[in-house]
Amino acid sequence: MLEGHEPLALEIDSVSHAFGARKALDNVSCAIAPSRHCVLLGLNGAGKTTLFSLITRLYNNTSGGIRVFGHDVRRQPQQALRQLGVVFQQRTLDLDLSVMQNLIYHGALHGIAPARAKRRAEEELERLGMTDRAGDKVRKLSGGQMRRVEIARALLHGPRLLLLDEPTVGLDIDARQSIVDHVQRLCRDERLAVLWATHLIDEVLPQSQVIVLHRGRVLADGPRDQVVAEVDANDIRETFLRLTRDGDSKRGAKDGDRAA
Amino acid sequence: MSEATTIQDPRPLGPVAYLLCLRGIVWREALRFLHQRERFVAALVRPLVWLFIFAAGFRSVLGVSIVPPYETYVLYEVYITPGLVAMIQLFNGMQSSLSMVYDREMGSMRTLLVSPFPRGFLLTSKLLAGVAVSLLQVYVFLAVTWFWEVQPPLIGYFAVLPALILSGMMVGALGMLLSSGIKQLENFAGIMNFVIFPMFFASSALYPLWRMNEASPLLYNICVLNPFTYAVELIRFSLYGQINWLALAVVVGSTAVFLGAAVLAYNPSKGLIARRGGPGGGA
Repeated sequence: MLEGHEPLALEIDSVSHAFGARKALDNVSCAIAPSRHCVLLGLNGAGKTTLFSLITRLYNNTSGGIRVFGHDVRRQPQQALRQLGVVFQQRTLDLDLSVMQNLIYHGALHGIAPARAKRRAEEELERLGMTDRAGDKVRKLSGGQMRRVEIARALLHGPRLLLLDEPTVGLDIDARQSIVDHVQRLCRDERLAVLWATHLIDEVLPQSQVIVLHRGRVLADGPRDQVVAEVDANDIRETFLRLTRDGDSKRGAKDGDRAA
Repeated sequence: MSEATTIQDPRPLGPVAYLLCLRGIVWREALRFLHQRERFVAALVRPLVWLFIFAAGFRSVLGVSIVPPYETYVLYEVYITPGLVAMIQLFNGMQSSLSMVYDREMGSMRTLLVSPFPRGFLLTSKLLAGVAVSLLQVYVFLAVTWFWEVQPPLIGYFAVLPALILSGMMVGALGMLLSSGIKQLENFAGIMNFVIFPMFFASSALYPLWRMNEASPLLYNICVLNPFTYAVELIRFSLYGQINWLALAVVVGSTAVFLGAAVLAYNPSKGLIARRGGPGGGA
């Protein structure tokens, strides 16, 4: 593959979105290069899930553009969605069906024949060390195992961009670490671009690109160390706290101006 | 994965891919249904209670004169069987809509909607999956009624199949349209009271419309305007190997309107979901 000719994995260009009077996203722009690990860092309510909903075309962006490997999600949704693997914040597996049945169903949603879906599912499960659970009902799995199955499912159709919305919420420390490590390996070994939304600062890896989203606005975007250096902080935790605090006080001042 | 990293853009999805997707959606719905045995039993018991108890009580009160497609006087049980078949489908259609509300709350609706296939196709597939489940229920019910001396001609059992698919589509599409507007699961009780019962009672399912006209012309007009009446009549005529063209036209037309509106409601830019703030209403 020619590195220089490859389009960006994800390109978000001046996207705003409002629910009624409440502005969930305010002129958001950012980009992720192929095979990049990117952490979208924001508190609850920052607009992370709204951004995910727009990327996955659950509803359309009304302003600006979103492109996945060069395909605009509004104009070419089919091409864009085929490049996307998504792990939603909520659990979305059928609890009464087996792991394999869930994965085959997902394959069908991407037009993949059952036999091929089964092969692909076996590959992904093996990588997750879950081959022996393929026939088990999802209900019997632990939270961490369910998440791993969801990651296997998201990768089944061979996407090149993986979106994960708070994938470690509700998991214990070990399960969390194993998910973080697995996705990191995918990114490195499979050249997969990853957009990982979280409010947990320790999920930022040394090599991550970090996007700080706060109250619907992008406050910082760049390699982790660069973002830290820009605000002259010691680490990413301090960086995040300073940025969001400054964001709040600026906003407060603005609101105050408006009130005056 | 190795495949994906070397291929720039996957091939466009062809007709085979569409069929695989449809098959997968129907397969999942059937699996889920088989796992919910109570639902199957409930779906079967409901019309049987009507048939065994309600109809037995009413057969002495209500005489049914000769109305097409029947060529002789028929027992009340015989008269209401097509209505009960339609009721099975009505409940099933609404239950599918309930499952869509549930799916949406649980987020599995999202996995369906991020499929690269067009949304209209996905929703239609989901609808057909619900119809497939209702067919299973209807044929088991018809098998039981055969022993209750409701014995239409053999050809009727085949002729009714396309009618059932159409009527199942109609009530399923209506359910889907309603599901897009329902915020929470609990509202299904409302659907029961405001959709299922009025549609069922204000139709020709339990009594011929001329009888309704004698009782109240206003109610008669409501029944005539109720699309469910035509679903019942379509099933009734086809069960006796005949086609009621008016019923066919109304059912096809209503299906198109309900389905079109449902697709629009689930449309990412114009739909109710977008206006409401998405599944779960979260930010």
